[in-house]
Amino acid sequence: MPASDLAVEERPSTSLTKPVVNDFSIQVATVNGSGSQTANLVLLRSIFQMGVPVSGKNLFPSNIAGLPTWFTIRANKDGYIARKKEIDVLVAMNAETAREDVLGLRAGAVVVYDEPLKLDTVRDDLIFYPVPFDTLVGEVSRDVKLRRRVRNMIYDGVLAKLFGVEIDEMEKALRKQFGTKPKVVEINREALDVGYAFADAKLEKRDHFRVEPMEGNQGRILIDGNAASAVGCLMAGVTVVAWYPITPSSSLCETLISYLRRYRVDKKTGKATFAVVQAEDEIAALGMAIGGGWAGARSMTATSGPGISLMGEFAGLAYYSEVPCVVFDVQRVGPSTGLPTRTAQGDVLSTAFLSHGDSRHPLLFPCSPEECFEMAISAFDLAERFQTPVFVLSDLDLGMNTWMANEFEYPDKPMDRGKVLDEDTLERIGRFGRYRDVDGDGITYRSIPGTSMPAYFCRGSGHNEWGQYSERSDDYKKNVDRLTRKFETARNWMPAPIVEINRKARIGIVAYGTTHWAVVESRDQLVAEADLQTSYYRLRAYPFRSALASFIERHDRVYVIEQNRDAQMSTLMRIELRAELAGRLRSVLHYSGEPIDARSITDDVLIQEGYRVEYSAFSGAVPQDAGVGGE
Amino acid sequence: MPTATPSPKKKKVNRIGLELPIYRGSKTTLCAGCGHNAISERVVDACFTMGIQPDRVVKLSGIGCSSKSPAYFLGSAHGFNAVHGRMPSVGTGAMLANKDLVAIGVSGDGDTGAIGIGQFVHLMRRNLPMVYIIEDNGCYGLTKGQFSPTADVGSTLKTGVVNDLAPIDTCALAIELGATFVARSFSGDKKQLTALLKAALSHRGIAMLDVLSPCVTFNDHEGSTKSYSYAKSHEEPIEEIDFVPYFEDITVEYEPGTTREVTLHDGSRLFLKKLDEGYNATDRAQAMRVLRETRARGEFATGLVFVDPVAEDFVTSLNLVDEPLASLSEGRVRPSRSVLDDIMGGLR
Repeated sequence: MPASDLAVEERPSTSLTKPVVNDFSIQVATVNGSGSQTANLVLLRSIFQMGVPVSGKNLFPSNIAGLPTWFTIRANKDGYIARKKEIDVLVAMNAETAREDVLGLRAGAVVVYDEPLKLDTVRDDLIFYPVPFDTLVGEVSRDVKLRRRVRNMIYDGVLAKLFGVEIDEMEKALRKQFGTKPKVVEINREALDVGYAFADAKLEKRDHFRVEPMEGNQGRILIDGNAASAVGCLMAGVTVVAWYPITPSSSLCETLISYLRRYRVDKKTGKATFAVVQAEDEIAALGMAIGGGWAGARSMTATSGPGISLMGEFAGLAYYSEVPCVVFDVQRVGPSTGLPTRTAQGDVLSTAFLSHGDSRHPLLFPCSPEECFEMAISAFDLAERFQTPVFVLSDLDLGMNTWMANEFEYPDKPMDRGKVLDEDTLERIGRFGRYRDVDGDGITYRSIPGTSMPAYFCRGSGHNEWGQYSERSDDYKKNVDRLTRKFETARNWMPAPIVEINRKARIGIVAYGTTHWAVVESRDQLVAEADLQTSYYRLRAYPFRSALASFIERHDRVYVIEQNRDAQMSTLMRIELRAELAGRLRSVLHYSGEPIDARSITDDVLIQEGYRVEYSAFSGAVPQDAGVGGE
Repeated sequence: MPTATPSPKKKKVNRIGLELPIYRGSKTTLCAGCGHNAISERVVDACFTMGIQPDRVVKLSGIGCSSKSPAYFLGSAHGFNAVHGRMPSVGTGAMLANKDLVAIGVSGDGDTGAIGIGQFVHLMRRNLPMVYIIEDNGCYGLTKGQFSPTADVGSTLKTGVVNDLAPIDTCALAIELGATFVARSFSGDKKQLTALLKAALSHRGIAMLDVLSPCVTFNDHEGSTKSYSYAKSHEEPIEEIDFVPYFEDITVEYEPGTTREVTLHDGSRLFLKKLDEGYNATDRAQAMRVLRETRARGEFATGLVFVDPVAEDFVTSLNLVDEPLASLSEGRVRPSRSVLDDIMGGLR
């Protein structure tokens, strides 16, 4: 059994005496294409509106309709929003997976299920609430089509009653979802009421999970990372967008397009301050972004791993000919097609060195919607400042799931368009040489086509500092050494890490992107369960700052926690660290396709630190091969 | 921006006051006698005569002998030598960034017909405003003479290897894909090629010119269908072309019924004197028929094969603001604080 499947005893969330308030996870198992997403988002949003910190994670198949899908909502008063490994409440709507789903639960968990599935015969250590959905939906409508659409809303009504989610908050959430369609709101509200009334009349509350209003979410919004990136691109003043549809990045460009149409079209003339092209493939998408960046636009594309692979040659061209553009990589699982609808941080190395020869690219690692927004803006500034492609490495968990976030702050700095040649500069520097390092920082001046400034020939073949074709060894070496210098300059322009030094800590943790949320929770678990203090360095960009080496220096062992098999960030770090420091690195790796959870990190760190990790009550109660689909 | 300097000798200047040398590029490094060099000279002529502002031009190319040639004309224009077969996407991005640019793309038969066929197809389909020249010699010159996808069936390599795969007819393909200006010419036909290039520069939309351009080093031998001698003896002009730029008056009178007049986007006019009775270059079906029939006879039709002077180009269809996107100020592209508030309000 892999270490990540071990678990120590949870805090007593299953105690029969004390109510558990605002601290549990609900998993809804349905079939994709059945309209369950609406019911799930309404449930999520209504808990959010009650002020309870909440997160929602959708585990879905690469398919349009008919395959199993699981939506997990976690409510947590302490603000832990990473995926919780254990499920407290299961809503079993999918006959196909119901048995396995139930077998995967820990003892004492709650199951709300479609009555004909007779799940109460599977186990006797769970709390079962059977609900006759088909009978109940008959009370809502006779229309077969409508019934199918609102059937899932009934479980929201049941859950509202069972756990104390306010039904008016649910209606408010419904209105948010279907604002312009009062009839749709009305019939869904009826379904809510039917579920609520049924639970009120027929179900005796036997569990102790409760939602109670709190003041946790002032100034917060609910948004997915792709939409947050889109808002960032909008505010960054993007002008050329080229893209090719690929899960999980498509919604980034689609959302961006809707914002651009709304906010970047002149109301009087109907004319746009942006151009969007759906390209023929990812290669063309990056080619267009490069052409746009070369000609002076703020240009971008968004993709995922397979697209990154295809973009390799163009990425090298943009690196070597020094053309700014922004590439969002919303990472998904695996080599090749892999698991297109599951999450990972598996493109770190391939993106850092994308293309042949000596190519290197700046990378940004947002961990939250706020950072998707901020880093989108930074990415355009950095791309133009350093005249190079900048990659923003998000992931499916961040990009496609719904997150709580603080409201975004309007950019306080003007756009940085970098070293663009103008009359004054030309007078100052004398003769224009496209690749001539006038300022000593490795960044050269570029002229924009169509602006009357001296022209140059942009090329991926060898060139000297005047931009002329050259195969001379000294020209080549001088130029790529300057590119190294430019990369060095970039270090201190990249978003700084967030570092938390704990003076008592002998061990440090390094993480990046969405792994952060599980790390926050795990660090608390390490203290609570083993009195193990940790310091924390959250990487936010590559190239790294010198602070990274200092951080490692302070600690005996440093755990690099990431969501890939091959310890990619750790490998990237080792390239730069001196051997003595590299030797202090350990890895915690999570690569199942599910978002990383705190429990897995805690157990792994404890084992590596020599602690004995005990089986939890529920892992002993469940066969090892069960629960495959349920998590 | 290059400007005309008054010269004591009163050198010849074009209508915007620029001398011819401004339109030249650096010295060619291609083989002596290469058809591509002749094409570069025709581009220089056409741009000079049309009074194209060099600093508005972007020269784009992929990889190969052909793709080196943009360095050999319009040295004062920006150029971009991109990756093999993917120049169309770079050109598309550049035109979106600045719709006022004049894009001249130079590709080869391998760069277009093999590795770049995908981007070529979508470039034609989008009708991007760009002059797209294929310097077509039926072989890969820079890698020493392998067959390309435009090599004819039965054509031989110097080593005697016979090509047995049917060629891609880039003109027929372009017409099928919706290209709005499709021409074929021969690097040795100075008059026709110059007229076609001028017309291409006057067209708003994709102007595709497949120019037979013999490779003197690897594909100019007996048995090649892309050699100078083969081209000279098998070229079959479909019309005689007179190009009258928008800034000049017509000086010749055409006999009614013998000539078809086409007005291009910028107001320039083409007078196409019919050689094939009834040929109409604005008729897609006829254009395809002529290509097919001449090919069946082992000839190749040259001239303006097809033109649609009124179709909307891709950039225009995007309804962009008048100023180039690249030069919009921050105030025009970064929405105000109230917009962010509005978005946040919807997510609370």
